[in-house]
Amino acid sequence: MGPNRTYLLIAPAMLVIGIFMVLPLFLAVAYSFMTANPYGGVTAPATFDAYLQFLYQRDFDDSLVFSPSYALIILRSIYLAIATTGICLVLGLPVAWYIVCQTPERRRVLLFAVTLPFWINTLIRTYCWILILRDEGLANGALRHAGIISDPLPLLYNDGSILLGLVYTFLPFMVLPIYSTLERIDPRLIEAAHDLYASRAAVFRRIVWPLARPGALAGATLVFAPALGSFLAPDLLGGGKKLLIGSLIQMQFTSSRNWPFGAALSTVVTVVVLTVFVIRSRKAQEERR
Amino acid sequence: MIDIQSVSKSFVTRDADPVHALNDVSLEIYDNEFFTLLGPSGCGKTTLLRLIAGFEAPSSGAIRIAGSDVAALPPQKRSVNTVFQSYALFPHMSVAENVAFGLEMQNAPKSLIDERVREALEMVRLEGFAARRPAQLSGGQQQRVAVARALAPKPSVLLLDEPLSALDLKLRKGMQSELKRLQRETGITFVLVTHDQEEALAMSDRIAVMRSGDVLQVGTPRDIYDNPQDRFVADFIGESNLLPGAALGRDPAKTIIVRPEHIVVSPVADGAKGHARGAVSAITFLGSDTLYEVVLEEGAKLHSRSRGGAALATGDRVVVDWARAVERELAN
Repeated sequence: MGPNRTYLLIAPAMLVIGIFMVLPLFLAVAYSFMTANPYGGVTAPATFDAYLQFLYQRDFDDSLVFSPSYALIILRSIYLAIATTGICLVLGLPVAWYIVCQTPERRRVLLFAVTLPFWINTLIRTYCWILILRDEGLANGALRHAGIISDPLPLLYNDGSILLGLVYTFLPFMVLPIYSTLERIDPRLIEAAHDLYASRAAVFRRIVWPLARPGALAGATLVFAPALGSFLAPDLLGGGKKLLIGSLIQMQFTSSRNWPFGAALSTVVTVVVLTVFVIRSRKAQEERR
Repeated sequence: MIDIQSVSKSFVTRDADPVHALNDVSLEIYDNEFFTLLGPSGCGKTTLLRLIAGFEAPSSGAIRIAGSDVAALPPQKRSVNTVFQSYALFPHMSVAENVAFGLEMQNAPKSLIDERVREALEMVRLEGFAARRPAQLSGGQQQRVAVARALAPKPSVLLLDEPLSALDLKLRKGMQSELKRLQRETGITFVLVTHDQEEALAMSDRIAVMRSGDVLQVGTPRDIYDNPQDRFVADFIGESNLLPGAALGRDPAKTIIVRPEHIVVSPVADGAKGHARGAVSAITFLGSDTLYEVVLEEGAKLHSRSRGGAALATGDRVVVDWARAVERELAN
């Protein structure tokens, strides 16, 4: 088969990727430079208005006034996504290590347990957290029952509950890649390090962590990207009081009917995630050298 | 140096009875000697090595290193370093970083670390390889890095777990004499685990022959070769003819052990008396030697190995003879 014909073989895959991934991305970028149609969709003329909206508000007299509210939403979203990634890393690493140290049969059971939440719809799982965290919920009930508190703690509808929801949703994406790198570490390396006078802490610092780092980086990407765009946990557990970028985008295409702004926001999120991704792969390449 | 007193080790398995890897083993390994634990796989030699290193704890018994009981000490607190069968080099570190690791963990000053790393790499002839990663080295080079890494902190004992088994024959022979040289130069006690009896004979000051968790015999290579105290030892170390006493017209309760190279085969026509008569059943030409398989009249079979040798043919009736001094007699 000549080189010309091999293109035919990958053509279907390229077509699917082109139609369902590349085209929508270009559409989103294109929409972000259009004018909003008050009935939904976009119309001419082309404009930078959607991007100006990030930092400026158009006043009644058509002058631009500085308004940081959207920029703050983006920053807060990035901050929450970074915090989610950090907490997932701190929690995921020991969990992955614990699973690796078990017998093969127990590993299988524990890995299944890690993926168990995927079997239940995310919406339902997030609602469950409301039942647990609300004033008359399980957590407050238990604390009151134990006599630790008399008035319910405000567990729901704040940054803490959003963070909890995000960590809960994305933790498996951190545990699994770290597990797969830890699993490949030859146990003799750890014995050899102990044999060469390394304490347990030193073994972790000098042997386990450097070898697990590629998995941790992969996990960080897998957690950071969806956490940044997530709107379910912020909406339900944050009470929609403080917007995050995911909810903001969703709103632009529904109630606000400002498609260009929604598209512009999506483009910005994509650029942020891609930047993180490029930095990550650069770093990974350097380490391989 | 190492005093092993009535050490037993059993592993608990989930579905079966506990596996007894070592049964009441007692051994003394002297200062500055090249000691070998020799035996077939599953004889407990690696378990014994891991007990000395501290990776496993004995089920009962005591292990003393340089006079002090090490039972409660984890591997990082024992002045014992190991060369692993798979080398276990740290893949994310350079050769120099690998070799420096033990010294760094002991908080040695930087200048001392640099000096010892250079020394150790010189000792294993890898001076130019300090900056390489283990993956960029051949198997033989990786092996020498593993040795350098274990020697750099100057432990009182170096443990070697089948260190040469992954190398090809030619490299193996080279490393044998290399390790022997290193042991003499450093004056460190080496404890080698191997299933290769030739390797054990070539390298060791003393050998302990093990089988199914027991030490059968301890002695110098010559002592073990010349005076095997056990049928298994006689058979495992070099080649031996184990002849039932009855086949030679002697006490049927005894087994006579004779090495093939000690047996002289001559045609009956030559008139020698010998120990027994038989017929040549097979002849194998081995280059410098010729191996004759002889079936004795009483039914037993023996092998004779001779240099050049008489011109015999298969089927020839022969007399087999050896000096009484070279044979060993064991109770069945």
